[in-house]
Amino acid sequence: MPSPAIIGQSLISGTFIGALYALLGLGLSLSWGMLRQINLAHFALAFLGAYLTYQLSGVGGMDPLLTLLLIAPAFFLLGVGMHWVFVRFAVGPLGSLLATFGLTVIIESVIQWIWTADFLKLESPYGSASLRVGIFYLPVAGLITLAAAAALCFGTWAVLRYTDLGRAMRAAAEDGPMAAAFGVNVNALSRLLSGFASACAGVAGVALALSYTLAPSQIYAWIGVIFAVVMIGGLGKPLGPLIAGLVIGVSEAVTMALTAPAWAPVVSFSLLILVLLARARNI
Amino acid sequence: MQRLGRLALSLAALAALGLAFGFRPAGADPTGDPVRIGGTLALTGPLAATAIVHKIVGEIYVDNLNHGKGLLGRPVEWVLKDDQSKPDLARTLYEQLITVDKVDLLMGPYATGDILAAMAVAQRYNKVLIHHTFGIPSMAKYEWQFPAWSLGSDPAKTFPNTLFDALAAAPHPPKTIAILASKFPSVYFMSQGAREVAKTRGLQEVLYLEYEFGTQDFGPIAARVKDANPDLLFVGAIGLEGNQILDALKKIDYVPHYHFYMYPAAGPMAKSPLAANALAASIFEQHPPFTDNPVAAAFAKEYNDRAAKAGLPYTLVETQAAVSFTAWQILEAAVTATNSLDDAKIGPWLKTHPVDTIQGKLHFDGPNNYGDDLTKVKQVQDGKWVTVWPKQWAPPGATLHGE
Repeated sequence: MPSPAIIGQSLISGTFIGALYALLGLGLSLSWGMLRQINLAHFALAFLGAYLTYQLSGVGGMDPLLTLLLIAPAFFLLGVGMHWVFVRFAVGPLGSLLATFGLTVIIESVIQWIWTADFLKLESPYGSASLRVGIFYLPVAGLITLAAAAALCFGTWAVLRYTDLGRAMRAAAEDGPMAAAFGVNVNALSRLLSGFASACAGVAGVALALSYTLAPSQIYAWIGVIFAVVMIGGLGKPLGPLIAGLVIGVSEAVTMALTAPAWAPVVSFSLLILVLLARARNI
Repeated sequence: MQRLGRLALSLAALAALGLAFGFRPAGADPTGDPVRIGGTLALTGPLAATAIVHKIVGEIYVDNLNHGKGLLGRPVEWVLKDDQSKPDLARTLYEQLITVDKVDLLMGPYATGDILAAMAVAQRYNKVLIHHTFGIPSMAKYEWQFPAWSLGSDPAKTFPNTLFDALAAAPHPPKTIAILASKFPSVYFMSQGAREVAKTRGLQEVLYLEYEFGTQDFGPIAARVKDANPDLLFVGAIGLEGNQILDALKKIDYVPHYHFYMYPAAGPMAKSPLAANALAASIFEQHPPFTDNPVAAAFAKEYNDRAAKAGLPYTLVETQAAVSFTAWQILEAAVTATNSLDDAKIGPWLKTHPVDTIQGKLHFDGPNNYGDDLTKVKQVQDGKWVTVWPKQWAPPGATLHGE
């Protein structure tokens, strides 16, 4: 039987990786559920954000957290631009999947062209620092990721639920023409939402840069588990990625602590299948 | 008079070095139709970080051939395609190189999966395939495949013994071992071999864990390692996994005693502040006595320049670059010796003749065309890889650093 230290530390580790899943999943869930765009480029944007963090912080000397002040607005504009293109060319859900896959390949090539295919690691005070609480260690980068994920997910949930802006967004997502008939500027709100989803990718990129070694091909390493997070959490539901991310992250970590770590990847997809089966039964 | 003699000697030495590295006096430029050598590399995809090393080395070698005597007096053209790190694509591209591009000779790709795919095509067309870093010698069944990576035919047994010999000679030999085994095929069987050999050598196994290639969160594994607290942490890791494990260990404030990583990403591990004294397998490192070989020294100098220009973080020659250079040396030696581009002559010649390379003399007369296991043990010391075992390959004064 593993010691309490192993179980506890694994729970902490699973919580932090779950928070990263949530950060990566939030923008994808919003654009998929509310804009009907399956934005595969979300992962590439997150890694572009991570490389920009590396550049601004590792080379330029900025504090990694301050890079958010540049990256988030820039990615917001990028998201607005992407949405404009999708609307201009009437790209549907399947079309968006193909178009954003193409965009992913382009972004990967641009990253490789600028930063080479070699591995890059941002050495920052946050990356390897940990706080000690009793027998447990809380990595600072993990705490930052958890705080960002919780703030973004709860903040988005609150805005969508309690503000006029959020209600208008939900109405536009539910039935665009009807919302427009009631005076809602659907196009403007869609651009705003797309920009926000891209900005979330930028935030996830900063979190990635704090904890992980970067390589262009790593873009694809996260797709499977994040899709599972988004599907389990429910499309367009901002708290979904946080809950699903934490459930998957903790489940994987506990699996690794109690059994052979090689079983951990089975967890996320087993949960996905169970959730899909349960939903199908409810239908 | 003495000065003139020394000058003549120096010029002669320089000329010998130039000839050895493919240079030739002006006026003897290669002429005629180019000899076309086709191959693929994983220029994009998950293997791209290492493939760029092989690309730089290939370009150096071909440039030097073309600035010298070429192959059989003809210039050389390297027809290089991007297999995107996908074995299925590598298979298609090698088929294309042979049937559409009609290349004269093949040069193998890098990495086990891609090499295996290319090997099947080479076998179908009876082409010689000299390949770079094939990790599972028992799977190399084709008669005319020739490994440039001198692993020996049974590295899962031979290499762990080399490693444990090195550690047995250290000031505090380990008594307990934890083994972390990536399920990536070309390292997994090495971990299994290490497990067996450790048993026979009396090392007590306190932890054995298998994990999937692509694991992102090593936190729980790190917690179990810390709990086991082994004298030796043996990680059957490939690429970045070693760095990921070190990062996870650092986050829980644990520094392993002796720690070994099978095939780490050389640059990131050497540069990581957490990797002090990390051990790994090696074939060649850029220090004496390897660089006492003038061909190796000239190659290293050129590689350093080009790797820096390409923006690589680690610009020194290590295993990947050395193996790649060796592959080209083998091909050149066989073509020159047989005076032919005919695979039916080159293949049999290689099976019966050793070739001088920067790794040493390689021969291909063992099981599956493998010769001796020339693998060595290296260690991160002051941000660089230094060979520490066998002792005759360590640079002057270097020893295996303790816990």
